[in-house]
Amino acid sequence: MSTPAIQTSDPVGAITDGLILVAKRECPTCVLVEPLLPRLAAGAAAFRLFSQDDPDYGAGIAGSVHDEHLEHSYRLDVEIVPTLIRVEGGKEVARTYGWDRAEWQRVSGIDRLGIDLPALRPGCGSMTLEPGIAERLAIRFGKARFHSRQVALGDAEDPLEACFDRGWTDGLPVVPPTPERVLRMLAGTTRSPDEILGSIPPDLAPCTVEKVAINAVMAGCKPEYMPIVLAAVEAALIDEFGMHGILCTTMFCGPVVIANGPVSRAIGMNSGTNALGQGNRANASIGRALQLVIRNVGGGRPGEIDRSALGTPGKYTFCFAEAEDSAWAPLSVERGFAPGTSTVTLFAGEGVQGIVDQKSRTPESLARTFAACMRVVDHPKLAMAGDALLIVSPEHARVFIDAGWSKARLLQELIELLKLPADDMVMGAGGITEGLPPSMAGTTVSKFRPGGILIVRAGGTAGLFSAVVAGWAASGAVGSTPVTQEITA
Amino acid sequence: MNDPGILLDPTAERSPAARTLLARPAALDGLTVGILDISKARGNVFLDRVDELLQARGVAVKRYRKPTFTRPAPTSLTQTIAAECDLVVEGLAD
Repeated sequence: MSTPAIQTSDPVGAITDGLILVAKRECPTCVLVEPLLPRLAAGAAAFRLFSQDDPDYGAGIAGSVHDEHLEHSYRLDVEIVPTLIRVEGGKEVARTYGWDRAEWQRVSGIDRLGIDLPALRPGCGSMTLEPGIAERLAIRFGKARFHSRQVALGDAEDPLEACFDRGWTDGLPVVPPTPERVLRMLAGTTRSPDEILGSIPPDLAPCTVEKVAINAVMAGCKPEYMPIVLAAVEAALIDEFGMHGILCTTMFCGPVVIANGPVSRAIGMNSGTNALGQGNRANASIGRALQLVIRNVGGGRPGEIDRSALGTPGKYTFCFAEAEDSAWAPLSVERGFAPGTSTVTLFAGEGVQGIVDQKSRTPESLARTFAACMRVVDHPKLAMAGDALLIVSPEHARVFIDAGWSKARLLQELIELLKLPADDMVMGAGGITEGLPPSMAGTTVSKFRPGGILIVRAGGTAGLFSAVVAGWAASGAVGSTPVTQEITA
Repeated sequence: MNDPGILLDPTAERSPAARTLLARPAALDGLTVGILDISKARGNVFLDRVDELLQARGVAVKRYRKPTFTRPAPTSLTQTIAAECDLVVEGLAD
């Protein structure tokens, strides 16, 4: 425990020589030592008693103070009551907590103090450490300092409405980012609040850990989600992801966040039933926090820089975890990270297109189903445009796994099945003007660019359904390449 | 000990914390001005004169009236004014 200097500027707590006792009535050990107070007060050069709860604790003792705002307890860095402190020359020289007769005699310098009491009794937690209190005290009396502007609300202003009025929300209510909530959020990471993660497009505004924390509060995150949110923001800033273009495009896409590894499991992310849907706080709020950072820090607002013709519901939030086991390699490992590493992968994705196949029982048949459904990404007659994220449900995955197909095998089979005759796809073919350039007639084209298919597993255990999420039609070096970032702290 | 009236700014802080009023138009040509009478006694005397002066300058004017000055305008009235007018003149007191 640190030994803070006593605040000599404090007119109540200031003593330069003597004893300070911090206690609360609710604590049986504090009640146990209450009869000792007259001896302590008489035996010290000066005596201060700070009662955290009951103003009548130690009634009649000179130097007794009701520490109702807990300022003195906070400044004295009290964690357990009772705490007895000896001060000499304005500095703390000795401290004990709980009831330990020998220690109290040593700290107080009073022989035979409490000889009628038991030798030892543990203390209780200080009120300064009760949930929700510590952050308030740190803000009011401590060193919690924010770099972000403090926005004062009007007396009658509803904080929820104030966030709407200031343009901070995505259209749904946000949790008002009070200093207490932001301080709690920052406790979810070991990184410094003033660390700059990078410049958020489209405004290329510098983004600190503190700004991420504010937006994570608004999105509804718990502090333990912060490492994933920070990794997601850092991933979005990787140049090849092309976040500026993803935001500005007239097409549909937004960042889809796919979590891998133990961190996502530890915070309870959903990779199972309804993994792509509503109802899981971590999934919902982590994806939303990234979008709010882009909106608020980056200035990416729909109708302004965000020029999407239709958008997609995933632009509120689109975040889930991969269902991992040893049967198939997780996405993080496929993307070069060691097994057991926690990562987020960002994919510039559109909406969820269901794949219904309840009859295929062989991997060959089911792979053909997947290929047929993936062929319609962007347009059945376009190729090498948008990537595809294939999300395989457990019942479909079992068909492959039972037949000995690895994820890599399925990927290779899909690449082969999606080598298509350009004659069917050139402009005008099938009576449709859209299509590949006429010069490609007679050739075979790959539907997707190399590396343009990602496969993950997710979903509930019942249902022979998978899904494909189309990527931005400007996938690859021209627009967006999926990126993966390790989740650290 | 908790001040519920302070929020931390989630933005890049490139615009003022206080919301600003919309810019005034340079001229009233082609615009419609709404005049909202809040039903305070004799407010109409002043607003009728504003109406005359605007119409004398060829400005289109539409008149509206709140049921009572003691309460905020009904939502339907504010929506109607917003849909029909470019500017609004409202007297807030005697």
